[in-house]
Amino acid sequence: MFDFIFFVFSFVCIGSALFVAFTPNVVHAALGLASTFATLAGFYVLLGADFLAITQIAIYVGGILVLMLFGIMYTHTIARVSGEQVMMQVGPALLVVILTLFTLVATILSTAWPVKEVAPPAPTADRIGVLLMTDYLLPFEVAAILLLVALVGAVVIAQTPVRKSIEESVD
Amino acid sequence: MIEEAVRFVINIPFGFFGSEAPEWLVFVHCSLIYGGVFMMAFISVLAFGSVWAERKISAWMQARLGPMEVGKYQGCLQTIADALKLLLKEDILPAAADKPLFTIAPILVFAGSLMSYVAIPFGPNLKVADLDIGVFYILGTSAVVVVGIIIAGWSSYSKWSIYGGMRAAAQYVSYEIPTALHLLPVIIMAGSLNLIEIADEQQFFIGPVDCSFLTWNLWPWINPFATVSFIMYYIASLAETNRTPFDLAESESELVAGSHTEYSGIRWSFFFLAEYADMFVVSALGTILYLGGWHGLPIPVIGPYLAPFFFLFKVLFLMFIAIWLRWTLPRLRVDQLTYLCWKVLLPFGMVTVTGTALWQLYFYKTPVGVILGTVIAIGTIWAMIKIYRSESIPEKGKPMARRDQVAATPS
Repeated sequence: MFDFIFFVFSFVCIGSALFVAFTPNVVHAALGLASTFATLAGFYVLLGADFLAITQIAIYVGGILVLMLFGIMYTHTIARVSGEQVMMQVGPALLVVILTLFTLVATILSTAWPVKEVAPPAPTADRIGVLLMTDYLLPFEVAAILLLVALVGAVVIAQTPVRKSIEESVD
Repeated sequence: MIEEAVRFVINIPFGFFGSEAPEWLVFVHCSLIYGGVFMMAFISVLAFGSVWAERKISAWMQARLGPMEVGKYQGCLQTIADALKLLLKEDILPAAADKPLFTIAPILVFAGSLMSYVAIPFGPNLKVADLDIGVFYILGTSAVVVVGIIIAGWSSYSKWSIYGGMRAAAQYVSYEIPTALHLLPVIIMAGSLNLIEIADEQQFFIGPVDCSFLTWNLWPWINPFATVSFIMYYIASLAETNRTPFDLAESESELVAGSHTEYSGIRWSFFFLAEYADMFVVSALGTILYLGGWHGLPIPVIGPYLAPFFFLFKVLFLMFIAIWLRWTLPRLRVDQLTYLCWKVLLPFGMVTVTGTALWQLYFYKTPVGVILGTVIAIGTIWAMIKIYRSESIPEKGKPMARRDQVAATPS
């Protein structure tokens, strides 16, 4: 059962990732990315990480993908967004890809993966909450400060033209 | 009888394969039966009922008759006639549309709404999945709906649709965070994301009588911050369901239905169904989180049996308020919606979340808290009445200043 779902998810995930890489249409690529994100959430469910799965959907599909589509719609060729597939630096790219592939395959083959029986999914949300407030408090706070910095930065950047125009009108 | 029929339908794969039936076939079969039959039937009946109710209520509010012809009573079969018409309509695919995406979009929109129903408990035992993260799951699935709407807007190759899609995206970015923030107080109070646990947290019995209507999270004597949050959540949820005053993405009078301008027939009806299905989902979420779910019917013996109906009654009441607001309020502009969500709902959300955390420490369900909460509520209502009176009644012999200025300025 789990195997069957796992293979369906893997197939869709890899297929849509390839689709993202090869389609010339930006909106199609964004939707392919959504499918990749959603199937990744499926993998999290299979691993019993329900909270992480929904976070994946809410943050990546809900937040990032919607922002991407929003950004695409604000470009000047919204009606027919299409870029050409240009191949540049084929040699170096191939080299890097082959080296990465080799490293990954070698690592996967040489690692002794811990194999466990499939346990019934247990609630994870409360444990994540407790861990975030105890063991991982510092990374949690650092992430919060990072987001705050981004927020303040966005406000400052958005504000600049307004301030300039006010100064100009005063002059 | 019904149970036997259900069991028979679910066991069909075993009929073909015996006990050797592959697990995946049983899985696919059960999800088709549940999602495709039960939930589709529920959503269809719900949509038929609420569309008719919406038309009659709007007619009543505008001193019209509304649908009167089809059906014996008050045009009650009008929706069914409309649905038949939609089914028989030609399926039009615009020549310039992006065909695969144009086809996928209504499916995404409807699937997103349908997914939420898995997590909603209709009663203590009437549930599909007892998800440990029910609230979060429902928030996550609403993202799928929005992606569908944006894709519909983009793929139609029409300027109305693309404006609708852009507005839908801007709207989603605006209401997403306030909605989640205003659900947080209840999650803090219940200490759980599980919808059933949240509903059960609000139970209160005096002897055998269910007096939970006194301890719903909504009431200020339980937590005044949650009262504020309930109102704010309701406003944000109207934005989530694309209802007036927040129907910017499909505003009929300026964008000609926005993201689904180019859709017709059965594809269009999927958008329509999804809107009412979504209304039910956000109202059900509000009911479980703030109105005690199915608890609070003070009838001793048969109360528990009526619980699902009481739950439905509360949900339909919240839907009625949404309909009422739709026919009362004008539409907001795009920037006004963003202003409302980011500069009003969001700061209030931060205050209510922090306030709830403090309230939980010192006053939650203590005598002092009950008195303090009641006093705060009465004081706020008194202040609001005072402010409302002082603003709306002009002094004698003095015309209202604002109206005067508006009349004097040539537009």
